[in-house]
Amino acid sequence: MAAPSAKEVLLKPIFDNNPIGLQILGICSALAVTTQMSTSLVMSIAVIAVTACASASVSLIRHRIPSSIRIIVQMVVIASLVIIVDQILKAFLFDISKRLSVFVGLIITNCIVMGRAEGFAMKNDPKLSFLDGVGNGLGYSFILMVVAFFRELFGSGTLFGITVLNPVTSDGWYTPNGLMLLSPSAFFIIGAIIWVIRTFKPEQIEEA
Amino acid sequence: MLPKDSIANTLVVSLALCVVCSLLVSTAAVGLKKFQVKNKALDQQRNILAAAGLTVDRGGQEISAADMSSSEVEKLFEQKVTRKLLDIDTGEYIEDAEATFDPRKAAKDPERSVPVDGPVDIGQARREKRTWVFLVQDEGKIQQYIVPIYGMGLWSTLYGYVAVDNDLRTIQGLTFYEHGETPGLGGEVENPKWKSKWVGKQIYEDGVDVEDASNNDIRVGVAKGAPSSENAKYMVDGLSGATITSRGVDSMLKYWFSDEGFGPYFKRLASQQGA
Repeated sequence: MAAPSAKEVLLKPIFDNNPIGLQILGICSALAVTTQMSTSLVMSIAVIAVTACASASVSLIRHRIPSSIRIIVQMVVIASLVIIVDQILKAFLFDISKRLSVFVGLIITNCIVMGRAEGFAMKNDPKLSFLDGVGNGLGYSFILMVVAFFRELFGSGTLFGITVLNPVTSDGWYTPNGLMLLSPSAFFIIGAIIWVIRTFKPEQIEEA
Repeated sequence: MLPKDSIANTLVVSLALCVVCSLLVSTAAVGLKKFQVKNKALDQQRNILAAAGLTVDRGGQEISAADMSSSEVEKLFEQKVTRKLLDIDTGEYIEDAEATFDPRKAAKDPERSVPVDGPVDIGQARREKRTWVFLVQDEGKIQQYIVPIYGMGLWSTLYGYVAVDNDLRTIQGLTFYEHGETPGLGGEVENPKWKSKWVGKQIYEDGVDVEDASNNDIRVGVAKGAPSSENAKYMVDGLSGATITSRGVDSMLKYWFSDEGFGPYFKRLASQQGA
């Protein structure tokens, strides 16, 4: 198998092989943290950091990992990184870490991180694995930010906390759509995104 | 070098990995502790201000505690709030208080705690004998008394503050600063809309004096569904999808206002006001 190029590894997961859009991984946190753009942005950065560092570290020691315990080794690496990220958020972005609550910790169980460590980092060198982690993190972030954009705009009438559509509660004209603040709306939006992506990339459609 | 899949290598790799990872994690935890403790203290002050409903004036706009900057929180707290150490059982202040007293540690220490034995179950075995209460002063007069409350919800212990008006029977605010309830369900105890419903609720049955109130006269709590018109002055609507968390909040209020909780304190304050 020819080694993929750096550019390919970095950019492919954003549209062509999006972890949420095509692989449908990491949905849980995508539903939970996307009511506001600011929390989504922090979550995205955390996931990019964890995926990239986890893939790079796993790849670095891939020749020494005994195959019988490789999943455990990957989990330990991922879990340690997630705890570090969580500690950093608690120290410097306390407010947002409170709003993200358990979901930072749950990055450990985010299938994207584990999937990239097992599926890519075990077979490729650290540099490529790092880029692959960044790429997949970006793919996740892209969906998260789009979903959060619609949910925050229509659910609260704001973007990054700045009022865009003046809601009736503060004498404006916009009646916020309460559904957008509930998790199911993220499903609808993700579904719509997948539809749009597949309209432009028909090769992603699975055979029925 | 050992062959990759041998037992020896498996042991070596797992041991080395564990050491490296635990070093990294503990370095992060210890190194960042200073910042985290500071954040937590600030968050606590912010929540006390929020329970009291205090605001600052920023260019003609009223800014509530949630949107204040950290320096505004510290300044306002310094200006308006005094902290007192309270002996819960006698309801008297303790003058020579150590500034570092931690009620949560005291609750775990058999010497400095008592078994929880109230009219309702709050899911705790023991509570501290002494705790910090906060007095909100304005123009030289005490406006509100803020007491800490806690109790079990569904998954976790909820920690919060209740602000009581200086008439000693009206709630001025309720806020939770730490809990591990499900976001979106029990976690809605943090929702400003729900919290605002508490303002103005009466603690005791109408017509009963604070000094004479028995545990059965404590009416404040959470109703299942919208409270009936008769109960509306005491109770707020429970959180939908969070029956057990709502019940926890209800028990918590009933316990902490009872004679086993802050009852003696409020009775002492009431008798002093009457005198």
